[in-house]
Amino acid sequence: MNSFTYTRTEDVDTAVLERSSEQTSKFIAGGTNLIDLMKENVERPTRLIDITHLPLTSITDTVNGGLRLGALVTNADTAYNEQVIQRYPLLSQTILAGASPQLRNMATDGGNLLQRTRCYYFYDTATPCNKREPGSGCSAINGFNRIHAILGTAPDNSGLGQPQCIATHPSDMCVALAALEAEVRVTGINGERTIPFADFHRLPGNTPNIDNTLEPGELITSIDLPAKGFPKYYAYLKLRDRASYAFALVSVAVALEMDGDTITTARIALGGVAHKPWRKPEAEAKLIGKPATKENFQAAAELLLAGAQGFGHNTFKIELAKRAIVRALGQAAKLEPTA
Amino acid sequence: MMPAVESGTLEKRPPSLPSVQTVTLTVNGKETKLQIAPWTTLLDALREYMDLTGTKKGCDHGQCGACTVLVNDKRINSCLSLAIMQEGAKITTIEGIAGTYTDAPAGLHPLQKSFIERDAFQCGYCTPGQICSAVGLMNEGNAKTTADIRELMSGNICRCGAYTNIVDAIEDVLNEKAA
Repeated sequence: MNSFTYTRTEDVDTAVLERSSEQTSKFIAGGTNLIDLMKENVERPTRLIDITHLPLTSITDTVNGGLRLGALVTNADTAYNEQVIQRYPLLSQTILAGASPQLRNMATDGGNLLQRTRCYYFYDTATPCNKREPGSGCSAINGFNRIHAILGTAPDNSGLGQPQCIATHPSDMCVALAALEAEVRVTGINGERTIPFADFHRLPGNTPNIDNTLEPGELITSIDLPAKGFPKYYAYLKLRDRASYAFALVSVAVALEMDGDTITTARIALGGVAHKPWRKPEAEAKLIGKPATKENFQAAAELLLAGAQGFGHNTFKIELAKRAIVRALGQAAKLEPTA
Repeated sequence: MMPAVESGTLEKRPPSLPSVQTVTLTVNGKETKLQIAPWTTLLDALREYMDLTGTKKGCDHGQCGACTVLVNDKRINSCLSLAIMQEGAKITTIEGIAGTYTDAPAGLHPLQKSFIERDAFQCGYCTPGQICSAVGLMNEGNAKTTADIRELMSGNICRCGAYTNIVDAIEDVLNEKAA
């Protein structure tokens, strides 16, 4: 780990000011990913600004009937919060599918959004990686890429040529937040703004070193859930190499509204397949007004995976994702058990 | 600590990095002032500066759970936390577990007894982390079934594979508490 200075702040404005006064500084909260990356010399901040004492630690109702998750609420406290369990069970279940109890006790909701890929080559400073060192190349495309992306890897504009990066976003929680259409509230030196969840993370394009649309120095203050929580018809299906405490190879978050057997609203978000949680409005629209049948689910799955590209070791994910979508939709519509 | 650097790059660093600063930690009910660098993890502070070597360093990356301690009664991985960030917190390590259980004010914690009773280890390296994690699990109160225990202990790896007995040991104590 490189040497750095440490400061602790008690209010948001000071934190943002301190962060902007030193370009190479970083905020630290749970630290579960940042400290690990610092040990590997992947992250080398010159100063850590401890934000754990900022007043962003509560879950409160919003004026429009939703729920506001303070950025510093831990993943565990969010998953076991009575309001979250009752109104947003998809989110609770999804958080509990990730990491371990120890990590969920440390990791914060804001930090969950900002965790970085677990691509082996991103972590290994001896290998080229466009995300870690822009322009150095991607070791995963022709390397061991079993855990890597199958969607949204094209470089900018033309869509032609070699992808710059095939890393995936590792979060489970973010897959549910994408399906729920949460909003991310941030504060910077230029004031506050709100970012729709779909616009928060980005595809790699030609700048895979940039994970999200935060401006330099901006601080996440809360994640706002809309009133609609899909408490009745939902499912999170996570497929991985062991039954617990592993990142997803493929995961699917489904949220539905039904009128009898007919689907009236459908949200499907995929994890483990792209640089961000993957949604496709056309695939969701295809289910509206249709009965919940395997054939209709299959058609949606085909649309969601249209254009998917494998890189050898991860090509299996294309078929795996389609089958996972069909099963998760079946679970959400209560056609099959969730076990 | 500082890696070799090419000449000329040193001056780009901030002028006066503090090598050590005073950090006060409250561990097992005792307050201790330490002179440590800000990059010292809680795990290293416990083991290298406080001689509390019961907490183990396994992977040092939050993947094995051997370093599990309780901070304000919640289990965390001490390898992924900076000591300086835990000032003011109540830290409990395996050395402080005995005698903390309300129903057994003296002697070993019921989980410690149960681990012995059930032979819930082979080499014992993961055991302090397993026990601290199990104390955390009991504090959380979310484990109702054997399957829950297995899932909620998944952050603690045992390379000897003593899992069956570890789960039995925890289940015994949970059942005892419920009875």
